[in-house]
Amino acid sequence: MSNAPVVLAAAIVSLVSLLPVGFVIWIGIQTGWETASALIFRPRVGELLINTAMLVAVTIPISIILAVTLAWLTERTDLRGARIWSWFAVAPLAVPAFVQSYAWVSLIPGLHGLFGGVLVSVLAYFPFLYLPVSAQLRRLDPAIEDAAASLGNDPWRVFFFAVLPQLRLAICGGSLLIGLHLLAEYGLYVMIRFDTFTTAIVDQFQSAFNGPAANMLGGVLVVCCFGLLGLEALLRGNERYARVGSGAARDPIKQRLGLLAIPAFLICLITAGLSLGVPFVTLTRWLSLGGIGSWRLDLIGTALGQTIIFAVAGALLTTTITVPMAWLSVRAPGRFQRIMEACHYYVGSLPGVVVALALVTVTVRVALPLYQTVFTLLLAYALLFLPRSLVGLRTNIAQVPVELEQAAMALGRSPAQAVRQITMRLAAPGVAVSMALVGLGITNELTATLMLAPNGTRTLAMQFWSLTSEIDYVGAAPYALMMVLLSLPMTLLLYAQSKRMGGR
Amino acid sequence: MKFSLSSLAGVVAFAAGLAGSTMLATAQSESEGIVVYNAQHESLTEAWAAGFTKETGIKVTLRNGSDMEFANQLVQEGAASPADVYLTENSPGMALVDSANLFEPLNADILAQVPENYRPTNGHWVGVAARSTVFVYDKNKLTEDKLPKSLLDLAESSWKGRWAASPSGADFQAIVGALLQLKGEEATAAWLKAMKENFTPYKGNSTAMKAVNAGEVEGAVIYHYYYFGDQAKTGENSKNIASHYFKNEDPGAFVSVSGGGVLASSKQKEQAQAFVKWVTGKGGQEILRDGTSFEYAVGEGATSNPKLVPLADLQAPKVEPSKLDSKKVTDLMTAAGLL
Repeated sequence: MSNAPVVLAAAIVSLVSLLPVGFVIWIGIQTGWETASALIFRPRVGELLINTAMLVAVTIPISIILAVTLAWLTERTDLRGARIWSWFAVAPLAVPAFVQSYAWVSLIPGLHGLFGGVLVSVLAYFPFLYLPVSAQLRRLDPAIEDAAASLGNDPWRVFFFAVLPQLRLAICGGSLLIGLHLLAEYGLYVMIRFDTFTTAIVDQFQSAFNGPAANMLGGVLVVCCFGLLGLEALLRGNERYARVGSGAARDPIKQRLGLLAIPAFLICLITAGLSLGVPFVTLTRWLSLGGIGSWRLDLIGTALGQTIIFAVAGALLTTTITVPMAWLSVRAPGRFQRIMEACHYYVGSLPGVVVALALVTVTVRVALPLYQTVFTLLLAYALLFLPRSLVGLRTNIAQVPVELEQAAMALGRSPAQAVRQITMRLAAPGVAVSMALVGLGITNELTATLMLAPNGTRTLAMQFWSLTSEIDYVGAAPYALMMVLLSLPMTLLLYAQSKRMGGR
Repeated sequence: MKFSLSSLAGVVAFAAGLAGSTMLATAQSESEGIVVYNAQHESLTEAWAAGFTKETGIKVTLRNGSDMEFANQLVQEGAASPADVYLTENSPGMALVDSANLFEPLNADILAQVPENYRPTNGHWVGVAARSTVFVYDKNKLTEDKLPKSLLDLAESSWKGRWAASPSGADFQAIVGALLQLKGEEATAAWLKAMKENFTPYKGNSTAMKAVNAGEVEGAVIYHYYYFGDQAKTGENSKNIASHYFKNEDPGAFVSVSGGGVLASSKQKEQAQAFVKWVTGKGGQEILRDGTSFEYAVGEGATSNPKLVPLADLQAPKVEPSKLDSKKVTDLMTAAGLL
């Protein structure tokens, strides 16, 4: 009985995933303390730090309030059309953040700075909180609320003292995800003219390629990401959330809104209007202004084809290399496995620009044959989206009884065959969701693609970006539309899965 | 449970296959045509490439980026660079690559096509086009008597909060490079420090012009052709705009030379030389005159678009393009907190 090859495979992936952080440390040492400190401790970095911190500190609370309100309204009240509103609360995921920002800048050309950044960030990212919070709300046992009410608490107190604490994990998880996106996003903030670490790193990259200034900013950004991870771990706490008692929880009672139905309806309508209506209106306007002339089919076709190829190849590669880890963490847990799994997760929290900087430098200096190849780009995608893939695979492998594998082997299958023919087939839905999530990420990825892509590559995101940089908003519109259309089915899959997780 | 090593080998083979097929694809594209590291406007180089391919049948693959990104990238890639030709919007990138001895000397027939003041004396690269610094301003807010007389005036406190620029762009960095060459390090550092206080940053010259047009700021230091380009399209982003040329050999009258060069590491030098020859020749320069780029033509005997202020009337200061120090510029701008 030996897992050695699987452990080896998982260990290799873990080692590769350490590459970006190893790079940051290595380049820091190479730069030397004097140069490094001169580049890190300067007023500009202070400005960026304040900007980034303000962005996170303002966006996340607003997103929490908005997402919890919407989740409560759609899951626990008699709000009319709750199903549609809940779909509208997830659908903004299909609008890439930089398209959302493009829509807003088209509508209000002067929109900029912290206010603009927060507004567009909330609209682009609040579904990351809405999804887990609404799923959690669906699963809660109403008995706890009954107990709280029977002790004389009014509905508001019941919500704040009995329901909200139970949403803690979902809120922490969703907030972390949003926070990491805020640190990593490039296109959104360039268009809204708000400087963060990521935009400053790209500025430096464009002025001096992978110079020490860019690398040092990258180092600070990595520290920020780790800071967020640590903060989340701290706030998550370790209370018990599982229900005690036998039997299944009954369906929660839907609160009657009464007169509040009107403001509730307005909240849903305004959110959908801002997050979906604005992109819809501006896109339609640019598309109709451009008419048939802006549909350069040859160019759009090439970009669409390349984007799909990258998305599919990247999703395949990512899923393939996460299988060993997912299988190990279910079938052979242990301390070593936990360390390897942590490696898989942390790398996904790094911004694309940092991973790309590391891969550019390593390939150009050490692994030249891999420089500017599709392989390196796919590797960057795989590293960025490892956690997305691992989460889905792990849950689904865990649901396949080990006895089936054993039975298959008793009937003469080799272990590899047994896993491939039994486990992976039964885990197929999970694989599909993982691949959809990774594909969604790749379709809308910009910074790593710009920095790593092979010569002559034109993805939808690249074309969109190059056109908007020349303020050709009309020409960019078809590319934005294609990205939204590609993202829609993947968002639907995600929505369906969250419903299933919630037991419906 | 035991996994056969073959399954692991399968994964490795899959990855290797991907890498292999990629390299094959790259190798193929090399044999098919030349790779151009293009920091010029995509639409302009695409027009050049299309014209060149039509005439010669040689395929051109573009990698788009910015001047200094490519210059530093080429230095790191060294002999292994996949690029055959490097095209810029400004000269500092050319100077950097040349100082690393990465250019192949250009053939005499190419050099003969470009006047001496638009190419370095060593003949390692040539000017392919030119652009002039300009102060675009909002006609509704500023009248001619209130305009700055010199680029240096924008450092005065009276200009606080009133002008814009795109400091992360190679264009603006080239202007700072000219300032550095003309006025020295101390004056440049002081000017940049004042600039940080006074100006509003935008990403990209088009965006800066759009902001002036929308009344967000009174003026912006950019290049001349954005105004004409927009006028030729819808004019929507330049309807309130007028252009002010500093002239008088002011640093703000700097004319920046866009360069083209062949990499010494190129495996297809002949085709690469042919491309540079085409761009600086009749066909390439006519695209500058007739197209929508509105950049100045620099070829011997070539004429620019008649809408432009003639190059000879700009009273540009004497700047040696091959001595523009990009490294010093980014260091000074980083120190001033602009980057």
